[in-house]
Amino acid sequence: MEQQVVDLAHFSLHESEIQHALGRVKVKDVDYADIYIESTIAESVSMEEGIVKRAVKSISQGAGVRATAGEKTGFAYSDELSKRDLEIAADTARYIANSPQGETPIAVTHRPKLSQNLYPIDKPNTEIATQDRIDLLNVIDAEARKYDTRITKVMASFNTEQKIIMVATSDGLLVGDIQPLSRLQVTCIAEEGTNRQVGSYGGGGRIGFSFYQEENRAREYAHEAARQAILNLSAVDAPAGVMPVVLAGGWPGILLHEAIGHGLEADFNRRKTSAFCSLMGQRVASDVCTIVDDGTLPSRRGSLNIDDEGTPTTRTVLIEDGILRGYITDRLNARLMGIPLTGNGRREDFRSIVLPRMTNTFMLAGQSDPDDIIGSVKNGLYAASFGGGQVDITNGKFVFSASEAYLIEDGKITKPVKGATLIGSGPDILKQVSMVGHDLKLDSGIGTCGKEGQSVPVGVGLPTIRIDEITVGGTSAR
Amino acid sequence: MTDSSDHLRQVAADLIKRAKAHGVTSADVLVAEGDSVSVQVRLSAVDRLSKAREKSLGIRVFFGKRSASTSTSDFTPKSLDQLVADTCTLAKAVAEDESSGLPDAEAMASDHPDLDLFDPTTLTMDEEISLARRAEDAAMAVDARITNSEGADCGYGNGLVVLANTHGFLDSHRSSRFSLSVTPIAVDEENGGGMQRDSWYAVKRKFSELDTPESIGQIAAQRTIRRLGAKKVSTQRVPVIFDTETAESLLGHLASGVSGYALYKGASFLMGQLGKRIAPDFVSVEDDGRMVGGLGSRPFDGEGLATRKNIILENGVLSSYLLDTYSGRKLGMPSTGNAARSIGENPSVSTTNFFLRPGTTSPKDIIASVKQGLYVTELIGFGVNMVTGDYSRGASGFWIENGELAYPVEEVTIAGNLKQIYEQIEVIGNDLEFRGRMASPTVKIAQMTVAGN
Repeated sequence: MEQQVVDLAHFSLHESEIQHALGRVKVKDVDYADIYIESTIAESVSMEEGIVKRAVKSISQGAGVRATAGEKTGFAYSDELSKRDLEIAADTARYIANSPQGETPIAVTHRPKLSQNLYPIDKPNTEIATQDRIDLLNVIDAEARKYDTRITKVMASFNTEQKIIMVATSDGLLVGDIQPLSRLQVTCIAEEGTNRQVGSYGGGGRIGFSFYQEENRAREYAHEAARQAILNLSAVDAPAGVMPVVLAGGWPGILLHEAIGHGLEADFNRRKTSAFCSLMGQRVASDVCTIVDDGTLPSRRGSLNIDDEGTPTTRTVLIEDGILRGYITDRLNARLMGIPLTGNGRREDFRSIVLPRMTNTFMLAGQSDPDDIIGSVKNGLYAASFGGGQVDITNGKFVFSASEAYLIEDGKITKPVKGATLIGSGPDILKQVSMVGHDLKLDSGIGTCGKEGQSVPVGVGLPTIRIDEITVGGTSAR
Repeated sequence: MTDSSDHLRQVAADLIKRAKAHGVTSADVLVAEGDSVSVQVRLSAVDRLSKAREKSLGIRVFFGKRSASTSTSDFTPKSLDQLVADTCTLAKAVAEDESSGLPDAEAMASDHPDLDLFDPTTLTMDEEISLARRAEDAAMAVDARITNSEGADCGYGNGLVVLANTHGFLDSHRSSRFSLSVTPIAVDEENGGGMQRDSWYAVKRKFSELDTPESIGQIAAQRTIRRLGAKKVSTQRVPVIFDTETAESLLGHLASGVSGYALYKGASFLMGQLGKRIAPDFVSVEDDGRMVGGLGSRPFDGEGLATRKNIILENGVLSSYLLDTYSGRKLGMPSTGNAARSIGENPSVSTTNFFLRPGTTSPKDIIASVKQGLYVTELIGFGVNMVTGDYSRGASGFWIENGELAYPVEEVTIAGNLKQIYEQIEVIGNDLEFRGRMASPTVKIAQMTVAGN
């Protein structure tokens, strides 16, 4: 598919206005400056009680101007794209340099063609008829209720976003991208007497609407949410204490995101506030573990053609055969640390500053058969799906919460257990990984990562793995 | 100040007029604008400066019982025409919803008390840099083991919100906030080089009420230092004391559980509990939308209804839900004046100033009442199931031995069920202090499962 070219005309801006603003901010004491221009249309429909009753749409547009000098960052943004507003933002961002405004415009002559087109879509999200979105949710409702009569409530939402960005830098780069994103989410509540339980499932990515209609996906999402809710009706109390845990492939990869990924973001390591900051080249995982961050996977939620600084995304090896190999970087931190730029400079929107952030973070497949991994555990926990997680990057302690888990007894998966939080230490936990399955699976496209108040879409992935020892936070002490 | 307020009121009134021209049954409009300046200083050097001015508006229209909402930051007449047209098209596409609609006309707020929410003081970047630097310097000076920092943040912002609807309601309010926080890092060179961070902060509507940077820095440093040398404890069932910061999260779960939306969707562990005892008789919780100077205060809610004081838990009995008009209609009850509103969204429910009434015991005496137990000072993760009340979160804090804090604890979880946790509140401290929209004194829970080694 022909790639659509983004140009300044989309924002009713003229090249000279950008060059002028860049010149104004990029004075002698400023190392680097950029202007990020964004327009986003987001639409959402949601259903509950069997009807689609909520429809919302938002249109936002603006520009953020940034200057960096040494470790300092000056930043300002405006939701107006006039010449005057860009000038005010440029003057504010330049404040860190304590010098008068620049007078020489900076030409933006480097206009590379995007080297990758990771999300070719025949029909933009903004052109999907509202009725088509509504029909999709109605299918979900019917399918979930059909799954089991004990499903009493079905809630579903469908969100789409079309983000158009352009980045102009003091190095003379001018590049843009159109970034589609969508997500379908289903929640079911099952009731049996006074026992009420919830199940959720969803998916999406940088994909077109037809994705949800193909391969019975809408039905699969509905059934999966319903299945989890019904399953939880028979869940017993989760065990408490240290035990072996087997993580299923796919979304449980959130373990890597929390335990490892955040701790390897360059800003924390430059500031030496990460538990990983002195471990480069050292063993931080068992030798069966290789972990990468890859922003170049087609259609994935965490993928990008270019990051929010205009750098093409890449695949970065973070841990290779258990040894810490790389950090996730943006321009500022790569420059200050003298390490490679990995294309991970991301921001939520024009109102936010750029931070080094993950894209799709996953462990490569190993050699073990998943059944053998489960069979190797005498007494432990099998965690099939998770809710959210969090990490304290300084002491390395992380948690993530199981939403679907089972006891393993004598090498067999037995009773479902209530959700429990798993807690561990980032630099230690992967040393406990003794088996890695050959069944690498990426998540279905639901991840959102929060950092310094900014949310960005991400992906995770994992093969089935065995963790020899981790603390499981249930209520049932053994 | 009056200028921009008059202008935004004009924008809101104009948008209502445009909606009426499209034949809507009813509509409401929210217009907001704000200014903010924030700085971050790290290791005495300026790390980040940020400044912004922004505005946006949202409109919700009704055609009979169908509705839709939209928002934009583009206030040009052409864009607004398009927005209204789009909203109407969207509304006509969705299903009829019997409970939808504006509040009744006679229910709209008719008074507008001065809640003292706006301080016209503005801070320059240089002033903020100085405040942040003082806070961080104070933290770094406390102990030689504080060798690093995630920085100190100082911020100032003010905002104006205008709400208008087709009942003729048109009102606005302005508010401000000043904040200062610092996050020092301590390294334990003597015991293997383990690192810990913690932070302290203040947020106030008035600049003059902000704590001194020195006091914020010193508390942040003390909180960080005391975590050094933390270890795991063994798995056991013990009394658990939540400090004021973590007890606030237990209140937050209560607020989510009594939210009208969670209740009518069948997604709350507190369904069917109205009028029933859910906690001991010394437990009372209030939500007060008109607390003078409160960070959660507002003269009218997100639908234009008067805010008020609601008693949520009275002597242990669940006495009120938190409702807006829609969720109230679903449950057959009037709104409690708790509608919250994001620009371009349907109303939802939120707390205003939500707090647990203090008891008479000092935190020190509460700790002294425990022979073996956990004093929790930080919780991480999302292990709370609002449908069932099942609770399992990562915790750190201090181990209590014979009534005294013995050593710091980390990498453990605490687990139970919220229904039992509220039933098992044993003591409430006398240390209520508002540091945000929600506030709790220290709380002791009789028994929870602590999972560790």
